[in-house]
Amino acid sequence: MKFGVVNYPGSNAADCYYIFDRVLGHPVSMIMSEERGLDGLDCVVLPGGFSYGDYLRAGALAGIAPVTEQLAEYAEQGGLVLGIGNGFQVLLEAGLLPGAVRRNKNLLFRCHDVFLRVDNNALPFTGNYSKGEIISFPIAHGQGNYYIDEQGLAQLEQKSQIVFRYCTAEGQVIPAANPNGSVGNIAGVCSEQGNVFGLMPHPERCTEEILGNTAGLRLFLSILDWWGIRQQEGVVAHG
Amino acid sequence: MAEQKPVWMEMGLNADEYKKVIEILGRKPNYLETALFGVLWSEHCSYKNSRPLLKKFPTEGKYVLQGPGENAGVVDIGDGQALVFKVESHNHPSAIEPYEGAATGVGGVARDIFTMGARPIASLNSLRFGTLDDPHVRHLLSGVVAGIAGYGNRLGTPTVGGEIFFHSSYQENPLVNAMCVGLVDHDRIVRGQAAGPGNLVLTAGAKTGKDGIQGCTFASEELSEETEAPDIQRGDPLLENLLIEACLELMENGYVVGIQDMGAAGFTSSSAEMAGRAGTGMEIDVSLVPQREEGMTPYDVMLSESQERMLLVIEPQHEKTAKEVFDKYNVEMAVVGRVTADGIYRVREGEEIVAEIPVQALTESPVQHPEQREPEYYQRLRAWTPDELPVPENCDDILERLLASPNIASKEWVYNQYDHMAMLNTVVSPGADAAVLRIKGTGKGIALTIDGNSRYCYLDPRRGGAIAVAEAARNLSCVGAEPLALTDGLNFGNPEKPEIFWQFHQVVEGMSEACRKMEIPVISGNVSLNNESKGEPINPTPVVGMAGILPDIEKYITSTFKVPGDEIILLGKFSPQLGASEYLAIVHGMEQGAVPDLNLDDENKVQLCCRKLIRDGKIKTAHDCAEGGLAIAVAECCISGKMGATLQLPFTGREDTLLFGEVQSCILVACAPREVDGVLQTAKEMGVVSTVLGRTGGLHILIKDQNEGILINKHIEEMEKVWRGSIADHF
Repeated sequence: MKFGVVNYPGSNAADCYYIFDRVLGHPVSMIMSEERGLDGLDCVVLPGGFSYGDYLRAGALAGIAPVTEQLAEYAEQGGLVLGIGNGFQVLLEAGLLPGAVRRNKNLLFRCHDVFLRVDNNALPFTGNYSKGEIISFPIAHGQGNYYIDEQGLAQLEQKSQIVFRYCTAEGQVIPAANPNGSVGNIAGVCSEQGNVFGLMPHPERCTEEILGNTAGLRLFLSILDWWGIRQQEGVVAHG
Repeated sequence: MAEQKPVWMEMGLNADEYKKVIEILGRKPNYLETALFGVLWSEHCSYKNSRPLLKKFPTEGKYVLQGPGENAGVVDIGDGQALVFKVESHNHPSAIEPYEGAATGVGGVARDIFTMGARPIASLNSLRFGTLDDPHVRHLLSGVVAGIAGYGNRLGTPTVGGEIFFHSSYQENPLVNAMCVGLVDHDRIVRGQAAGPGNLVLTAGAKTGKDGIQGCTFASEELSEETEAPDIQRGDPLLENLLIEACLELMENGYVVGIQDMGAAGFTSSSAEMAGRAGTGMEIDVSLVPQREEGMTPYDVMLSESQERMLLVIEPQHEKTAKEVFDKYNVEMAVVGRVTADGIYRVREGEEIVAEIPVQALTESPVQHPEQREPEYYQRLRAWTPDELPVPENCDDILERLLASPNIASKEWVYNQYDHMAMLNTVVSPGADAAVLRIKGTGKGIALTIDGNSRYCYLDPRRGGAIAVAEAARNLSCVGAEPLALTDGLNFGNPEKPEIFWQFHQVVEGMSEACRKMEIPVISGNVSLNNESKGEPINPTPVVGMAGILPDIEKYITSTFKVPGDEIILLGKFSPQLGASEYLAIVHGMEQGAVPDLNLDDENKVQLCCRKLIRDGKIKTAHDCAEGGLAIAVAECCISGKMGATLQLPFTGREDTLLFGEVQSCILVACAPREVDGVLQTAKEMGVVSTVLGRTGGLHILIKDQNEGILINKHIEEMEKVWRGSIADHF
């Protein structure tokens, strides 16, 4: 399975690259943002960071970069796309996922661990979690306050597009467990088809024992497992 | 109307210095030349007041690859790798414009690191503010923290540690000291030298604008109502990000002869210093410098402090390659001059020569030897004893008040705004005694800390200086790391006041003594003087940034209590005293008395013992017994571990002294019951006093005296609420 990590200027692309290259030992390439370099990839990751400095709205410039334009076609054809943190913001800006993010409710950047409830474990990205399971990932963002109107929210819920929600250690989805003011405590959403997934928390920051938490590793293993099963079933890969 | 000052005085030179300039040149300097001397001979650039003192620091040691004098110091960490680090102050800009002042401080020190060929891997900061009841202080704090976050987070370098202290002496003059740490292979270290006459001088990065002109002259003055702040520079962390990648790519491929950040005094200092180090001359044509605005004079170009600009020296045949690499990252580059052999610093504007000065004259300023005098307060305040002080009735309340003191309370409102996890190396996050990072691809780790106690330094600068070094090292030892070297941030008031210079001198003596005894050399640093407002100086504030090595990254520990039933042991001789304590300041409103004794032999032993116990896997918890005394140290272990503890103190003395008195060279540790004998035995063999105090467990912190009398009995959740909320509740 071949991964690509998109490197917008200002992205922390090296971190995601490291996960595939060193932690998982899988082929991965760095895709420059000014190029249309997605051909032949099985999964594209938009990493965290501050694309183009994010001096404008987070993800706004990256949302119209050449690689992002190609990404829309790639996703349309069913390619797997994972957006983490800033990568999620880019997906929202590019219209590949519904909704938008605003500044965190307390207007401050926040970097700490949060608890998440897995609401949808039927995605290529979440198969290794159980539905309703409580996991812990770190967050690190200033604009993670997810917004969608009521109609949109109803649709997300109806189509199981809400993947992770912020919750307490015991799994309660309540305002006190919401780090940024997101509607419905939403931490991550997917596309209707389930092949595009974006989340504010950082699974790539919790994949190794030495860093104290491996909950995020299972997200990446989910992708590999899903891919492996598809291969066995003889499904033709994208690209 | 005030009389017009002569130009040289406007430029910050004194009469003697101006005379000296005329002597050197054999003529009167023109306007630009006067300005060049003014900035390069300012304290900020030349350390003219502090140089003789700084010579006292030991700067050599078995791990040192590069000591002071370069852009940053370098220390060996084995496997052909080295750490590059430095602390730098941005106090005055942060007082005027807290966000940009702090942000550009972070950016500036990161440039000092990558110019050595190193990739920045961690940032730390040491902050000082006035008291939080003042809305202006809250404005400064939130602005500074947002600035550090805004720049550091965008840079993608994790901010892994720091410290903050609040005191009224910083009310209008906050301190912002930023430290950056980089990683480099030995054979990739690059230096800031303009070697090789005929080589090209180029600029890369931002265009030169009119911002920050004369910033270092400004930084070398006291703040007052009349202070005319220059345009404060604004940072562009995205550009810095790209500059790092482009410069590192050029350096890794060996295309860079020398490189330096254009920091204080911009073009002027970077180019003159690079030529000075190499013993060469340099010729710059200001008309070739990319300029942000129209109508800039040679003076504007030479003194601009626009951010994110680098000066590089390369061999002529590599110009095309350099251009290609900078183009790739969308970074502007221009050839602006060349290295010469004549030792002359020559500035042109096209054909016209606008300044011509011997390089050495610029970089070797006359040294000042300010007068020094022991301040009147020194003997008076240290003579204080607690005899008259009432013994408190309710120590639970006092514990709560101390936990709520912003100096002791959780700093998470601050450090949660910093991305402390980027780059995937952070093993121990902020809030611990020291941050721990793994070094990818090896089995080793490093520990980093920054520390200083300015109350101690006010009351006893010499001992306070020594304690700053000892405490920073103790922080590292508490996670299991061996200290390698330190960088110092020396912040004081106006050195022309004899009492201030005395404080400075005493602090340096104390620090040097500790460095020597502990074999921890100084490899880089920064001096910031004239930290005063309305004529009132800050407390003398040396801060020590220190790096240590963990040969086996798996063998680190933290300060949290881990499981119930662990035995709590105090390593070190427990001789607490109330003088200079946080308790005395918070509860009794007094800042006086003798600063805790420091015996450096004992200090070395206790740290060595702690590190050995960690390496042998005998202890699970270690925490420095510092501000707030033993009770606070225990409370912090309890809160972070969400676990209670029961202790009985086998000591005699006043209750408040035992609980809240402060002491040096003591480390609180915890271990499994089966390890107790081994721990005590090891301590004994290493000449360290050790005392079993109690056990972990339950949901209360319960501290009894030796007669079973209860001194403290408090639920940990209650403590946690106070401790966690104290700073956040101000915002």
